[in-house]
Amino acid sequence: MPSSTVLIPPRHYLNDGYGIKSWLLTRDHKRIALLYLASVTFFFFVGGAMAVLIRLDLATPAGDLVTDETYNKLFTMHGVMMVFFFLIPAIPSVLGNFLVPIMIGAKDLAFPKLNLFSWYIFVIGGLFTLYALVTGGVDTGWTFYTPFSTVSSTTNVIPTALGIFITGFSSILTGLNFIVTIHRMRAPGMTWFRMPLFLWSTYATSLINVLGTPVIAITVLLVAAERVFHFGFFDPRLGGDPVLFQHMFWFYSHPAVYIMVLPAMGVISELVAAGCRKPVFGYPFVAFASLAIAVLGFLVWGHHMFVAGESVYSAMIFSILSFLVAIPSAVKVFNWTATMYKGAVSWDTAMLYAYGFIGLFTIGGLTGLFLAAIGLDVHVTDTYFIVAHFHYIMVGGTIMGYLGGLHYWWPKISGRLYNEALAKLSAGIIFIGFNLTFFPQFVVGYLGMPRRYHAYPPDFQVLNVLSSAGASILGVGYLLPMFYLMWSLRYGRLAGSNPWGSVGLEWTTTSPPPTENFTETPVVTWEAYDYRAPVEGHVA
Amino acid sequence: MGSGTPLFPEAASTMASRVDNLYFFLLALAAFFSILIAGLIVYYAVKYHRRTPDQVGAPIHGGMALEIGWTVIPLLITMVIFVWGASVYYAMARPPDETLNVYVVGKQWMWKFQHLDGQREINELHVPVGRAVKLITTSEDVIHDFFVPAFRIKADVVPGRYINIWFHATKPGRYRLFCAEYCGTRHSGMTGEVIVMEPSEYQAWLSGGAAEGSLASAGAKLFQDLACNTCHRPDAQGRGPVLDGLFGKTVQLQNGETVTVDEAYVRESILHPTAQVTSGFQPIMPTFQGLVTEEQLLELVEYVKSLAARSETPAARPATGAPAPGEATPVKR
Amino acid sequence: MLPEAAHQHHVPGLAHHFDNLEQQAEATTLGMWVFLVTEVLFFGGLFMVYTVYRNWYPDAFAAASHSLDITLGTINTAVLITSSLTMALAVHAAQLGQRKLLMLFLVATMALGAVFLGIKSVEYYQKFVEHHVPGAGFNFEEPQYAVHAQIFFSLYFVMTGLHALHMIIGFGIMTFMLWWAWRGTITAEYYSPIEIAGLYWHFVDIVWIFLFPLLYLLGRHAH
Repeated sequence: MPSSTVLIPPRHYLNDGYGIKSWLLTRDHKRIALLYLASVTFFFFVGGAMAVLIRLDLATPAGDLVTDETYNKLFTMHGVMMVFFFLIPAIPSVLGNFLVPIMIGAKDLAFPKLNLFSWYIFVIGGLFTLYALVTGGVDTGWTFYTPFSTVSSTTNVIPTALGIFITGFSSILTGLNFIVTIHRMRAPGMTWFRMPLFLWSTYATSLINVLGTPVIAITVLLVAAERVFHFGFFDPRLGGDPVLFQHMFWFYSHPAVYIMVLPAMGVISELVAAGCRKPVFGYPFVAFASLAIAVLGFLVWGHHMFVAGESVYSAMIFSILSFLVAIPSAVKVFNWTATMYKGAVSWDTAMLYAYGFIGLFTIGGLTGLFLAAIGLDVHVTDTYFIVAHFHYIMVGGTIMGYLGGLHYWWPKISGRLYNEALAKLSAGIIFIGFNLTFFPQFVVGYLGMPRRYHAYPPDFQVLNVLSSAGASILGVGYLLPMFYLMWSLRYGRLAGSNPWGSVGLEWTTTSPPPTENFTETPVVTWEAYDYRAPVEGHVA
Repeated sequence: MGSGTPLFPEAASTMASRVDNLYFFLLALAAFFSILIAGLIVYYAVKYHRRTPDQVGAPIHGGMALEIGWTVIPLLITMVIFVWGASVYYAMARPPDETLNVYVVGKQWMWKFQHLDGQREINELHVPVGRAVKLITTSEDVIHDFFVPAFRIKADVVPGRYINIWFHATKPGRYRLFCAEYCGTRHSGMTGEVIVMEPSEYQAWLSGGAAEGSLASAGAKLFQDLACNTCHRPDAQGRGPVLDGLFGKTVQLQNGETVTVDEAYVRESILHPTAQVTSGFQPIMPTFQGLVTEEQLLELVEYVKSLAARSETPAARPATGAPAPGEATPVKR
Repeated sequence: MLPEAAHQHHVPGLAHHFDNLEQQAEATTLGMWVFLVTEVLFFGGLFMVYTVYRNWYPDAFAAASHSLDITLGTINTAVLITSSLTMALAVHAAQLGQRKLLMLFLVATMALGAVFLGIKSVEYYQKFVEHHVPGAGFNFEEPQYAVHAQIFFSLYFVMTGLHALHMIIGFGIMTFMLWWAWRGTITAEYYSPIEIAGLYWHFVDIVWIFLFPLLYLLGRHAH
């Protein structure tokens, strides 16, 4: 396949126009991706700071670092920031925005102005929520259960709810943009089954974004309305049902976890193919598994409510469906592992993140089976077992996928290579810190430590101290990439168009790419991950 | 505190061992697959490590046999787990016929227990060992959750409804009780203990209990104080249905549906009397919402329950002369 | 500059990232359909809440529904359906390049929309005067249904309020379309903006077609 011998082109998207206006009014999907990168990184560190304070307080059994009220606000804001302002947007809006048009051979997304508008909506929603944070915080938990959130809490529920409402439109419009782009703007010869698997995952994620997010929008709107007008939809004293809120909330929030993990799975497919220089084993199965996860993910929300008062028979139906949704994820894990067989396996940083993802996602996903088994879920739900489960998937899964993708495509985005030794070191620190933080939480959860507890019985302390120690290591691991990636922008070695010797349309254009992505519209005649020809242009 | 090791909780109920067995099976399964995947990754990463910069991997696209295998086998395994988990859950959801009942009211940030004999406890619940105990729970304000790790039981405590949770303690001791649904500022302070006693000690504790009368007798007094007896008369001359012999039976409603007269129905009838009106009666009962506390509701419910044993009077005839409610059939509680 | 662009004359209305008008029209139409699906889910969540409570409290809901002005509701339904007709005629005129007719039908659509909103305001005022607005001043004539009737009215205001908000947004969109029509941007070759605006307007109409029986026609046959 063609590859450029020019290390860095004279004109590319980063120097095509200078000044703040050229960034804030850009329609270039690549620049918008970087705008998102800056915003989600900011929100990640806000949420991360909350986590540091939480783990610091939990190192001792008595709640003596902060007051009860402050602690409750800390875990609420940690959840809100991380879920809505980092995990949901990160991979789609940063990597997706950058890569989707290039991977299909288009000049931009279908609706570039809408794309910029989506970023502004995201930022405005984030500012609303930040406003809520700095003017007193919110203490309902990111799940806003009624009637506590509508009647009892005295904190900034309404601005937070509105912030989430506004930001939701960013997800919806981005999803809409991706769906139309993938349907209508593929280059000649780019059939559905020649697309990189990252696009299948992005497409499945976009389906969930488009179908699920409106439901959380109406749900938080009703919560805000109930607080203002005292409507009573969720207040039993006014004839309402508090559990109805839970159904509406989880109808979105369960698919939301697939919004958070599917893009990461898409990244892993790319990393494994590139890291082994061979096609992903069982491409059609992996592609359809993404769609299956998206569809089945809408049918299992009741597994968050096994002890909430739903009927025995509902519980059984949700349980069996929850087991079914695990199968496509398992299929993906097996296919990725099989891809490594007889591969030319690289030990680059991006690949290390991919291995980490596969291992940790497997553990997190298997613990999901524990929770789908209702009889066992009764004991562990609302304990630290759940906290450990979802952090294995969100942090051990999604964040590792995000970092792996960021490292893999960093040369394409910036034109530079980062320091490989430092990057590997950070990946190792993150892996160790992560497991030390969250594995003890499985144990203390089964012991019975409930979640959202500011103070706990002293015999849980050892496990909590281990977890807090891990968190400090993890924090260091997350800070390091900030430094060496920023450093590489100025001092890193020039990457060239295809530093990893990968197959994919993005590697046929320059690093960084020109604003129009390609100098000529590509015509695709090869299958995805076609590594049969010797690889040109690889810089060792 | 309990005698559990720091890594595993004590097991003190009949359900605990069933839950633990399922847990151990899943631990073994998870360990097996995690080690398998992790092992394969490490093995392949080492064995097939890229030797030259231009090396590519073998052009293998897939294998149908493997795909089918690793779809069907996990499917079968998960279905086994489903059946096992569902059967444990079903046992949790179906209390035995004979239970010792205690009412539980959760409120920010304490647990209030009402024994039928009249004892009230705050944050401590005394129960006998070796007997099934059923807790009828409700909340006064927001959603709480009743969680005793040693018994492996948990259920949300929801305002506006009664939710039952039962256990059968197997060893005497003091077991931690936690609120496990975030409920505000002192959520982590809403803890307590379930104190399981030998039957003789329990009897001793009961008889040393509060001098107040039983819940049912308190309810009887309330029934008079609130003038319920002016409409609900035992001689079928009142404007409301006769309550003697009613609890546990099914009645027909105005809209044609039938309903069982259980704790929830009695509570609903006091708070929202026009929602489910018995067939043949007018929707004229005033609501007592805001006029009775949750504890008083429990007393009234227990009082109406105590009337179930009264004589089998003929089906009540309403004053308007409309057809009598459908013939009652006793229902297992 | 792209080699292709060097010999590509500027096609009016074609955005640079699309290859041709046909691709652009297909993409924008698909985009609007996807957006309408999101709106279905948005209103759908609300309708689900309504359905649950209507099933639990049928008598209170019927009593509350009966207090709505069915004459005004019916008139409004006819007004909206007619506005969808004028909208369809506007699209037709656009396809034929008939600029004046297009503008006429757009204005007619907006006028009918304004009538709808006017009648809605009258109804809201009626509810205010009758003390059926949920909150401190709420009072329902049949006290045994009061608690659950308040839920009905809460849903009434949220559902019709959100619908009215969507109509107002539709108004804004029509204003834009009118301006483009006046400027000559809309031609027989490039009329997809009118089609897409039409899709949105029809959707808002369909939401009302669901709202009207759910809110106004409950238990009418029994009374």
